[in-house]
Amino acid sequence: MAELRKERLDRGVKVRADSIYAVSSMKEIMFLIGPGLALIIVLLVVPLLLTPYWQRVFAITGIYVLLSISFGFLAGYVGLVCLGGAFFVGVGGYISGLLNTVGVPMFLCIPLAMLLGGLFCTVALLPCLPLRGVYFAIVSFVYPLFFARLIPATGWFGGTDGLPGLEVFSNQWGLLYLMVGVILVVIFGISRLVNYEDIGLVFRGVKDNEQAIKASGLNLTWYKAQAVFISAVMGCFGGAYLTHMYGWVGISLFATDFSIMPLAATVVGGVGTIFGPLVGAFLLVPISEALRAFGTLRIVFYAVILVFFVVFWTEGLVDYLKRKYEQFEHWVRV
Amino acid sequence: MELIVYGIVNSVILIMMSVGFALVYGVSRVPNFAHGALFILSGYLTWIFLNRFGLPYILAILLALILITIIGALLYRLIIIRVRGMPVSEIIASFGVGLAILEYLRWSGLRGMTYMLPPFIPGSTNIFGVVIDYQRILIVIGGLGLLAFLWFFTTYTKTGLALKAIAQNERAALALGIDADMAATVAVALGALFAGIAGVFILPKGNIVVEMGYEVLIFAIAVSVCGGLGSWKGAIYASFLIGFAQILTVKYIASHYHFVVALLVIIAVLITRPSGLFGKQKELEERV
Repeated sequence: MAELRKERLDRGVKVRADSIYAVSSMKEIMFLIGPGLALIIVLLVVPLLLTPYWQRVFAITGIYVLLSISFGFLAGYVGLVCLGGAFFVGVGGYISGLLNTVGVPMFLCIPLAMLLGGLFCTVALLPCLPLRGVYFAIVSFVYPLFFARLIPATGWFGGTDGLPGLEVFSNQWGLLYLMVGVILVVIFGISRLVNYEDIGLVFRGVKDNEQAIKASGLNLTWYKAQAVFISAVMGCFGGAYLTHMYGWVGISLFATDFSIMPLAATVVGGVGTIFGPLVGAFLLVPISEALRAFGTLRIVFYAVILVFFVVFWTEGLVDYLKRKYEQFEHWVRV
Repeated sequence: MELIVYGIVNSVILIMMSVGFALVYGVSRVPNFAHGALFILSGYLTWIFLNRFGLPYILAILLALILITIIGALLYRLIIIRVRGMPVSEIIASFGVGLAILEYLRWSGLRGMTYMLPPFIPGSTNIFGVVIDYQRILIVIGGLGLLAFLWFFTTYTKTGLALKAIAQNERAALALGIDADMAATVAVALGALFAGIAGVFILPKGNIVVEMGYEVLIFAIAVSVCGGLGSWKGAIYASFLIGFAQILTVKYIASHYHFVVALLVIIAVLITRPSGLFGKQKELEERV
């Protein structure tokens, strides 16, 4: 039996699009901007086609998409595994809710919640930032559980009942397209940040070679804190948005779902890609919604998918698709 | 007096919960986030053997412990071994397995009052004027037995010494012909066994509920971080520290703060002494 191996060759259009010939014809330009354009169009059109129920699911999916992007950014580009998406959501939601109860209008609450929540989360996570290893994952995992215990125990912020009767989005379309807009800004913003900005290079350095960062005279903790702040702001927006979607804040904002789903989405979509978490979240959250009848069995379902992808298919969907998009593959004799 | 007796009991409970986690991390550098799930699973398996199959209690416990050890070994051999050396993936994979086990148990109805293990010996007694049930005394005896076994195992048996060697200097151990994967398998299986023993001893105190699994994981982490990750001797000291701190909080502040103590300890230790209160960063001998 002849031994075979898989040979991969770049497509011609990819080779041309990598160089100055990218602008030579429409075909090369479309090859380059096609995926991004397709994403924008799909995100803009999809809400129009959905029934009101699935529009709400779409909005919630958006929250998970933001959390997943923030998780993917931290894990893939800064090397911090954050198991505390629920912490960001909860903090953002509660700050927005509290501000709203003292009379601050909603459209001021959300930005304030993002800013204050981001600061709060960063400061809370600061002690474990100088350390390498599993500390960050551990501490970020513990915080949401901690608050989910503390709030009912002390009765602060409405205790078990939460804060009802907050301001809600008056317009369903406003709700949906605010989310679409934020996702688009975030995804292209982050992608620009890590690929073209200087700080993106530093972040990668933090992940790959801490010694080099220190040797360059850069403050490691300061850069990690910045990255955590960026992620926390995204998560806090998710929380504040959820608060004003339902007009209610409660300890369910600290639910483990918000920590696990981004993890699963990122792993499925591909760690170390910007678009992976987005694709993963848009796949998993609607499936989860469809499986709602099975109760917590759906978490089992994710956990199994998660382990499968981590162990057997580490590249994830996006890298796989990207390869298919850019290269020919065929078997050749060794 | 009550404080001291219950403080000791609580500390030993923490030791039992955390020593397996500390051991696995110390030997193989794998943070076994499935630890809490294994804890609950052993209790659940015991319950199944006891009530569904009607086996005697002792036999049910032994079978459950053997099964949980095998599950631990399989967990390493089938899953973690493929992501060794990638801390992110190790956390995700083991956490995923733990999550799958716990949420499956939740789905199959593991909540409320249904699932209860009887205490080994019912009833209670009086020690220095403090009323204490036999189960808690047995927990203390079991916990001390576990530590004695661990000490004996890592000091006098060949496998134990191999584990110690791997923990101290992996390359030198490899050069001496110690199979690192085998040692890690043994470590994870032992960690699972310890989680299982802890489950079987501690769960008769209350109901078997899924939340307990997450709680055990967090306490194990709190203790291990406080004692210096991976050092099981540090974990023992830390257990006493946190154990007494919790009992004092329950006594003088309020009972629902005892979970808060664990987190505050993690944060405080990370700020002041990241290598743990008793861990010395350079001294690797401490780990096993």
